[in-house]
Amino acid sequence: MSTTSNASTSIRVQQWQEFWFYFSASKTAVAGLIFLILVILMALFADVISPHGPAEQYREFAKLPPAWVEGGQLQFFLGTDYAGRDMLSRIIHGSRLSLLAGCVVVVLSMSIGVLLGLIAGYRGGWVETLIMRVMDTIMAVPGLLLALVLVAILGPGLLNAMVAIAITYTPSFVRLTRASTLSELNRDYVTASKVAGAGPARLMFISILPNCMAPIIVQGTLSFSTAILDTAALGFLGMGAQAPIPEWGTLIAENRDLIMSAPWTVTFPGIAILLAVLAINLVGDGLRDALDPKLKRS
Amino acid sequence: MVPVFFGVTLVAFGFIRVLPGDPVEVLAGERGVSPERHAELLAQLGFDKPLWQQYFSYIGDIFQGDLGTSLITNRPVVEEFFELFPATAELGLCAILFALIIGIPAGIIAAIKRGTWIDQGIMSISLTGYSMPIFWWGLLLIMLFSNTLNLTPVSGRLSFLFDVPPVTGFMLIDTLLSDEKGSFLNALHHLVLPSIVLGTIPLAVIARQTRSAMLEVLSEDYVRTARAKGLSTYRVVAIHALRNAMITVVTVIGLQVSLLLAGAILTETIFGWPGIGKWIIFSVFSRDYFAVQGGLLLIATSIMIVNLIVDLLYGFINPRILHQKSKS
Amino acid sequence: MALLEIVNLTVDFATATGSLRAVDGINLTINEGEIVAIVGESGSGKSVGMLALMGLLPWTSTVTADRISFDGQDLLNMTEKQRRKIIGKDISMIFQEPMTSLNPCFTVGYQITEVLCQHFGGKRKSYNKKAIELLNQVGIPAAESRLNSFPHQLSGGMCQRVMIAMMIACKPKLLIADEPTTALDVTIQAQILELLIELQQSHGMALVLITHDMAVVAETAERVIVLYAGQQVEQRKVKELFDNPKHPYSEALLNALPERAQDKLLNAIPGVVPGQMDRPKGCLFSPRCNYAQELCSEEKAPLKDGILCHFPLDLSKSRKPKAINVETG
Repeated sequence: MSTTSNASTSIRVQQWQEFWFYFSASKTAVAGLIFLILVILMALFADVISPHGPAEQYREFAKLPPAWVEGGQLQFFLGTDYAGRDMLSRIIHGSRLSLLAGCVVVVLSMSIGVLLGLIAGYRGGWVETLIMRVMDTIMAVPGLLLALVLVAILGPGLLNAMVAIAITYTPSFVRLTRASTLSELNRDYVTASKVAGAGPARLMFISILPNCMAPIIVQGTLSFSTAILDTAALGFLGMGAQAPIPEWGTLIAENRDLIMSAPWTVTFPGIAILLAVLAINLVGDGLRDALDPKLKRS
Repeated sequence: MVPVFFGVTLVAFGFIRVLPGDPVEVLAGERGVSPERHAELLAQLGFDKPLWQQYFSYIGDIFQGDLGTSLITNRPVVEEFFELFPATAELGLCAILFALIIGIPAGIIAAIKRGTWIDQGIMSISLTGYSMPIFWWGLLLIMLFSNTLNLTPVSGRLSFLFDVPPVTGFMLIDTLLSDEKGSFLNALHHLVLPSIVLGTIPLAVIARQTRSAMLEVLSEDYVRTARAKGLSTYRVVAIHALRNAMITVVTVIGLQVSLLLAGAILTETIFGWPGIGKWIIFSVFSRDYFAVQGGLLLIATSIMIVNLIVDLLYGFINPRILHQKSKS
Repeated sequence: MALLEIVNLTVDFATATGSLRAVDGINLTINEGEIVAIVGESGSGKSVGMLALMGLLPWTSTVTADRISFDGQDLLNMTEKQRRKIIGKDISMIFQEPMTSLNPCFTVGYQITEVLCQHFGGKRKSYNKKAIELLNQVGIPAAESRLNSFPHQLSGGMCQRVMIAMMIACKPKLLIADEPTTALDVTIQAQILELLIELQQSHGMALVLITHDMAVVAETAERVIVLYAGQQVEQRKVKELFDNPKHPYSEALLNALPERAQDKLLNAIPGVVPGQMDRPKGCLFSPRCNYAQELCSEEKAPLKDGILCHFPLDLSKSRKPKAINVETG
């Protein structure tokens, strides 16, 4: 039994290998992952790779079409907007905000949701009833509407939009965690560690939580993509990031009137949102297939 | 459902109270009011009483059908809501119909042809639809079909050339009832793009769910039995498997209602569709907080009612539930 | 002429980790009105072989055979459509799990009359009387009121009776029963078996009974086929096999019967049927065989007189098997 720690690390390595085996079986998931990594790199090195500053205005080059269209210039590869700002640079810088928004929303809603879900599932009684009723109430209102109302209270802005969206995402994490906690709670290993004298915190976070993680991770990935969509939607409605911040949704909103005269200013930010969200969803699907033992058989 | 309803009343009630600053100041906006008028308004709106009293009088008002008065139009919020509700309901129904008509067959085909390029194609398209920022999708379609190809109208429910009296509020029905020639087609024309845009995400969700439900059902023992009976592939899939798969899909459709209303906010904004979504956005922007408060409650309530209907429908198609209920 | 003739049937499954051979060249002849039992442990391929015959295997499978003929027709080179005219009518099959084998969304009456419509045409309603008759035949009380029941309102035994009614509705020439009693209570098991035998005699149909229970074989069948890991290891008359098993696996199966146990101990067969990864090089049974010699783990066993073994047993020489004892309970 002296090799316990060695064995456990090798089991962990084995688990990773098994996970990667199933994940990499899906080519689309791997493609999504590669694209996502590229987007992350783009966000990290936005200052280095973007050809112009995101707010830099070249008045003499306003509403320039993309480079491959007649009248376009190579230095403004995706064209320019009404103020002569380079679209490519704005989109590259926008990836920072969108990824940041996705991260903040997922981290906030997941940590709060998992905590409340664990407590609800573990404690039961009135605590559970209270938590679940509050969550039901949040879910009764369409997410985007609730986020809008919350932003109306907090005031428009990217940070407030992120907080508002995080609140609307919390219930799904609470429900998921509670359900998994309830099904794990009666397992023998939990009883065993209870008998061994583990306190509630240890039981919740060390014993139960790791065994509920698979569905939570999948839900987290899917929330990441919808968070990007919702942040963009709020930005588009004028309730999220405020112009001239180059958030993708805001970019579409500020160029909406140019839809006839300079359609590229609307098209490219939208494609950026679509591709980023699609990549994350591909990864999410791959994760679900790799982590869900029910689907492994087929 | 009842606790959730009261939960929502709490949220709606709390909404105006947690707005930064004094409610009257917020309501008065930048114009500002004299201190006397300020106190008078506070008393008039009942904001000077203790919170619990305010809440009880608010609940009392709700049960009398009074959800306050719009600060902009000065009309009862309930009246405004129900005037605009049919427009959103019509759009939502058309969108979900569009999603069902395409999504269910697509899901079935993908399940039957699992692993082939047809399956992969259908699933890629539906994942793309699922990832779609619909406000952009709407603009793109307008750009293509309305501006470039001139095929569809850009906004609204009906051309100004027609004068159709509102009877039901559902434009498709009203135009049929009126004697304006061609107005029905015109209304239909106006509905096409918004329905596609609003239906895109539900379509993707339904196609994916139908596929996975079908895959699960197709591996069930009773499907094997059906095949052992020598039934045709069509009967096995369309009768024996589909009926069971629909049980899961119906619950998914129920979950779409909330998403559909969220989508309606964006779709109606883009297409100038005079429905609840556009109204609530306008109310938020114009700081018409009583309208927002009432709208919040009414929207949540209508979603709850639709979910109740879906639950009943669920019992109807799932014999197991039906019999449990009749036994008890 | 034989009713059913299968020559060299092989079934492969494509899995994530490669191809898996579930059935490895089995031969089977069934005469009209005969009861044949197919026995073997879980994973020996007994169900898969019959499902292949019915065309009921999932899309990941590949079925090959030298010959499959039924009633003078070549099942192998038939289109799906032609095959469906025979399946459910002349050959039908009942399954292991009666509760899940009936569609939960349709009434018993619907599911029985449906098969009649499929093969004889006409309106579903017109077969209601026939359905009641069938339910009476399989011993379901108050048959008329049962027509409108849903499967979840019936017990497991009742569901199996409904399945049998459904599958004998078109008076098949061959009924395949795939462990029809495994999921049922012991008391019900005997009833269902009795019913099957009764129907087999009154309808004059052939019956293939797939089971892992040697006791059932002794009570019912005339001939028995023993499968191990997809291979046919012995094919004999039931009485002969019970008196003098030739293949060590058959003997081990017989020894595992409770009534043959010595003292309080059951003679279990050690180990499990080899899977995809641990297929032995020589005789597939050699790792678990009491009589295995060096040759057995080196070379594949030859087929001699329907017995797949290097060293077939002969109990007349009366060798005492060294049984592995496992405590009961």
